Amino acid sequence: MDQPINPSRRSFLKGSAVLAGGLIIGFHIPEKTRAADAAGSEQTFAPNAFLRIAPDDRITVIVKHAEMGQGVATSLPMLVAEDLEADWQKIGFEFSPVDPAYNHTVFGIMLTGGSTSIANSYEQMRKAGATARVMLTEAAADTWGVDASECSAREGRVHHGDNSLSFGELADKAAQLPPPAEVALKPKAEWRILGKPLTRLDTPAKTNGSSTFGADIYLEGMLTAVVARPPLFGGRVKSFDPAGAQRVEGVVKVAEVPNGVAVIAKDFWAAQKGRKALQVEWQAGPESDISSSGLEKLFREKAQESGNLAKKAGDVEQALKTAAKSVEAEYLVPYLAHAPMEPLNCVVKLDEQGCEIWTGTQSQTLDRKAAAEVAGLAPEQVQIHTQMLGGGFGRRASKTNDFVREAVAVAKALGDGTPVKTFWDRTDDIRGGYYRPMYLHKVHIGVDDKGQPSAWHHRVVGQQLMKGGPFEDAMIQDGVDATSVEGITDLPYAPANFQVEDQPVELPVTTLWWRSVGHSHTAFVTETMADEMAALAGKDPADYRRDAFQDHPRHLGVMQQVLKDAGWGKPLEQKGGVRRGRGLAVHKSFESYCAEVAEVSVQADGSFRVDQVYCAIDCGKIVNPDTIRAQMESAIAYGLAPVLKSRLTLQNGRVQESNFHDYEVLRMQEMPAVAVSIIDSDEKATGVGEPGLPPLAPAVCNALYAATGKRVRTLPVDSGRLAS
Amino acid sequence: MLELKVNGATHQVDVAEDTPLLWVLRDHLQLTGTKYGCGESLCGACVVHLDGQPSRACTTPAVAATGREITTIEGLSEKGDHPVQKAWIELDAPQCGYCQSGQIMSAVALLNRNPKPTDADIDNAMNGVICRCGAYNRIRAAIHRAAESMEG
Ligand code: FES
Ligand code: FES
Repeated sequence: MDQPINPSRRSFLKGSAVLAGGLIIGFHIPEKTRAADAAGSEQTFAPNAFLRIAPDDRITVIVKHAEMGQGVATSLPMLVAEDLEADWQKIGFEFSPVDPAYNHTVFGIMLTGGSTSIANSYEQMRKAGATARVMLTEAAADTWGVDASECSAREGRVHHGDNSLSFGELADKAAQLPPPAEVALKPKAEWRILGKPLTRLDTPAKTNGSSTFGADIYLEGMLTAVVARPPLFGGRVKSFDPAGAQRVEGVVKVAEVPNGVAVIAKDFWAAQKGRKALQVEWQAGPESDISSSGLEKLFREKAQESGNLAKKAGDVEQALKTAAKSVEAEYLVPYLAHAPMEPLNCVVKLDEQGCEIWTGTQSQTLDRKAAAEVAGLAPEQVQIHTQMLGGGFGRRASKTNDFVREAVAVAKALGDGTPVKTFWDRTDDIRGGYYRPMYLHKVHIGVDDKGQPSAWHHRVVGQQLMKGGPFEDAMIQDGVDATSVEGITDLPYAPANFQVEDQPVELPVTTLWWRSVGHSHTAFVTETMADEMAALAGKDPADYRRDAFQDHPRHLGVMQQVLKDAGWGKPLEQKGGVRRGRGLAVHKSFESYCAEVAEVSVQADGSFRVDQVYCAIDCGKIVNPDTIRAQMESAIAYGLAPVLKSRLTLQNGRVQESNFHDYEVLRMQEMPAVAVSIIDSDEKATGVGEPGLPPLAPAVCNALYAATGKRVRTLPVDSGRLAS
Repeated sequence: MLELKVNGATHQVDVAEDTPLLWVLRDHLQLTGTKYGCGESLCGACVVHLDGQPSRACTTPAVAATGREITTIEGLSEKGDHPVQKAWIELDAPQCGYCQSGQIMSAVALLNRNPKPTDADIDNAMNGVICRCGAYNRIRAAIHRAAESMEG
C-alpha cells in the first residue's frame, strides 16, 4: 500500500483527522468484543472499543491491526497503557472483530498496510487509555469523597494520600460513569512505557508452539481443501475428471470453484494426493504464453515510447542535449513472490447461521465484503476471526480478496455446513500470482559544463499494481499509478530539468503490493543513479548527497548518522584476495527516512557477501525502539534476498519456480551483521515495517561498484559480471 | 492404525501409511506447534526430534516414526522454560513467529551435540531453517545466550 495517501486524492479517505489530530475514539463497543470477555462479568469496565479492565486487574487491549511480525500487538497496547497508567504486567491483547470502530482512521476500512498502523492509531490508542484513566480516577475520587484532581493514577492503581485502589477494584464503578469529552495526553517527560524497549507480548506463545496462526485452526469435523489452479495466468478450467481424485482414501468431494478445482478431504495429505490424481484440462486466456525473456523485449520496446507524465519540470530533453556529460541506463527487476513463511490458508464455516471465517488477513473489511458476495449474504452475516499471520508482506491484503473468496467458494461447493480449511502448499504460494511486478526503468541523467546536475529523465515500464484493486481510482490518475513512480517523483536530487513517466503494460499476471511497494524497485534505481550523478559531478557519493539534502533535513539527519556509524571515509579492513567496498543509499518511504551503508567482500569469481549493514532510521516518535530495530533487521534480510537470488521466471506462461530450492530466499549464512541507529524525534510517528527495505539494494550495489568498478542494474545481481 | 509416542504419550492414529509425520501431528493430534513451510525438506519449519535427533516431519513418513520418541515444541519443556526458549524470549527473537518452532527445535539439537557453538557452527547447523522475517541475527545471539546459561 502506499503511504498515508494524500487526502486530496478523492473521496475514499474519510476520517483523515488522525494525522491532523482531533480524533474520536469509537465509543460504540461492538457486541462481539464485549461478549468475548471470558469473565463475562458485569463489573468489567470497557470504556471504549479498545480496552477492557476486569475486576481481577487484567487489562485486555483490543488490537485492530494484523500482527504479522511487525510488533503491532505490542506497540498498540503500549500506546494505550501509557496514558492509562497501567501496570504493564497486567496487559494482554486480542484481535478485534470486524467493525467500523476498528477501521483504519485514514483508509476508512480495517486494513493493515502501508506501514501506517502506528501513524493512524497513535492518538486514538493513547486517548483510549487516557479516557479510561480519567474515569477510573473519578470512580476512586467518588469512593473516597475527594476531588478527582487530588487523586493520581499510577501503575494500575489510583492513589489519594494513604488510600489506594486497583483499576480492577474500580472497574465496576468506573463503568457507571460517562466518558469525559476531552482528555489530555501525558507529556513525554512523564512517559514510562513509550520509547522503552519492552519485550513483545506475543513472544512467549511464539516460543512454545501455542501461538495460533490461521493454519493452526482445527474445528470439530473440519475438512481440508486444496485447489488445482490454472497453471497459466488468465486461464480457466475447460474440463476435469474427478475419478482419480475420488478414488483416494479420505477425499470427500471434488468440485469446480471459480478459480479451479477443489479437492476436499478429511486431512491435508488426502487432499494433496487427490489433487495429484486429478485430471484437469485448462483453457488458456489471452497472452497466456508469455515468458520472461519475451517480456524483457516488450518492456524494452515500450521504453522507447514516452509514457504518461508523472512529473515534469524544465526541459529535460534540451538539458540532456546540452549536457557536458551524461549517462543513460536501463534497469531490470523481476517478478517476486511474497512467500510468507506461513502459506495462505482460510477456514470457512458456511451454514444457515451465516459465514464464519478464521484466517490471517491484513484486510478484514474488504475480505468480509467479498466473502459475503460469494456466499450470497450481507456483510454483517460474515464474521472474521483474525488469527496471527505467519508473515504478510502485503500478500495477506489481497486486492481481489482472492484467498478468502476462494475459500468461501470451496465451503459453498461443499454445501453441507462442515467447516473447511483451504490450504495452499508452497508451490501454490510461489505460483499463485499476486507478485511484485517486473519493471524496466530507463534513466538518462546529465551534468552541465560546470559539473552541476542538470537533467534527470526517468521512465518506468511495467504493470500498474493498483489496477483491479480497491484503490485503483484513488491511486491511478491521468494514466499514472502513483506506486509505479513513488520515490522517484519526490526525488530529493531532482535537478531543474526533471521528468518522470509511467509507461504501463497490461499483462495477465496478477500483481500486488510487496513489502515497500514501488519503493522496492524505485529506490534501487534512484539511489544507484544518484551515485552515478555524483561520479559525473566528480564528487564523493556522500558529499553529493549532502549538498542535495540542504533543504531535506531529515534525509540529511539519517545520512549523517549512518556515515558516522559506518566510519565512512575511513579505509575498510582488507582481507586477502577479496575486493571490498562500501556503498550508501538514503531513501524516504512511508513518511520515514532511512539511510543505509553496506559493506561487501567480492571474490575473484565475482561471488560476494554483504558483511555488514549500518542503518539509521527516522520514523518520528519512538514507540518501541526494539521493535524498530527488529523491523530494520527484517527489512534488510527481506530486501537482500532479491539482490542475491530471489526471482520468478515465466516460460510459456508458466512460473518455473516452485519451492524454496528454486525460489531462493535469505538464509542465516547470508545474513549480514546489522547495526541500527534510531533518530530521536518528536515528529509524528511514521512507518517502520517497510522503510528499511528500499535503501538496501542500492547500498549493496553501490558497494559492489566501489569494490569492482562495475555498475549493477539488474537484480538479482549477476555475480559473474563482477569477476576480476 | 499406527502407534506413535509423542512427547511421552502414546497415540493410536488411523491414517494412510504414507502420511508424513507432520500431518499426523497437525491434522490428527492437533499438535500445531510444528509447522508446514515447504513440504520438501527445504525450510525447517517442521523440525521435531526423533530419539533426540532433529528430523523434518514433512518428509518423514509417520510409519518411520513408530517405536521412536517423538518430541515436538509442545513437549520441549513443561512450562516453556527450556534455556533455549528463555533465551528466545530474552532477546525477543520471534517476529511473525511461524518459523520459530523449527528454529528452536534445531537450536536445541545443535546445543545437545555442541554445547559451545561458534558463529560458524550455528550458521552451518541453522542454515536450513528459513526465517522470512529475517530474525537470523537474534536467533544466532539467542543460541549463544542459551549456551551460556546451559553452561551454568
Ligand atoms: S515443511 Fe518440512 S522442511 Fe519445510
Ligand atoms: S519469525 Fe517470521 S518467519 Fe521467522
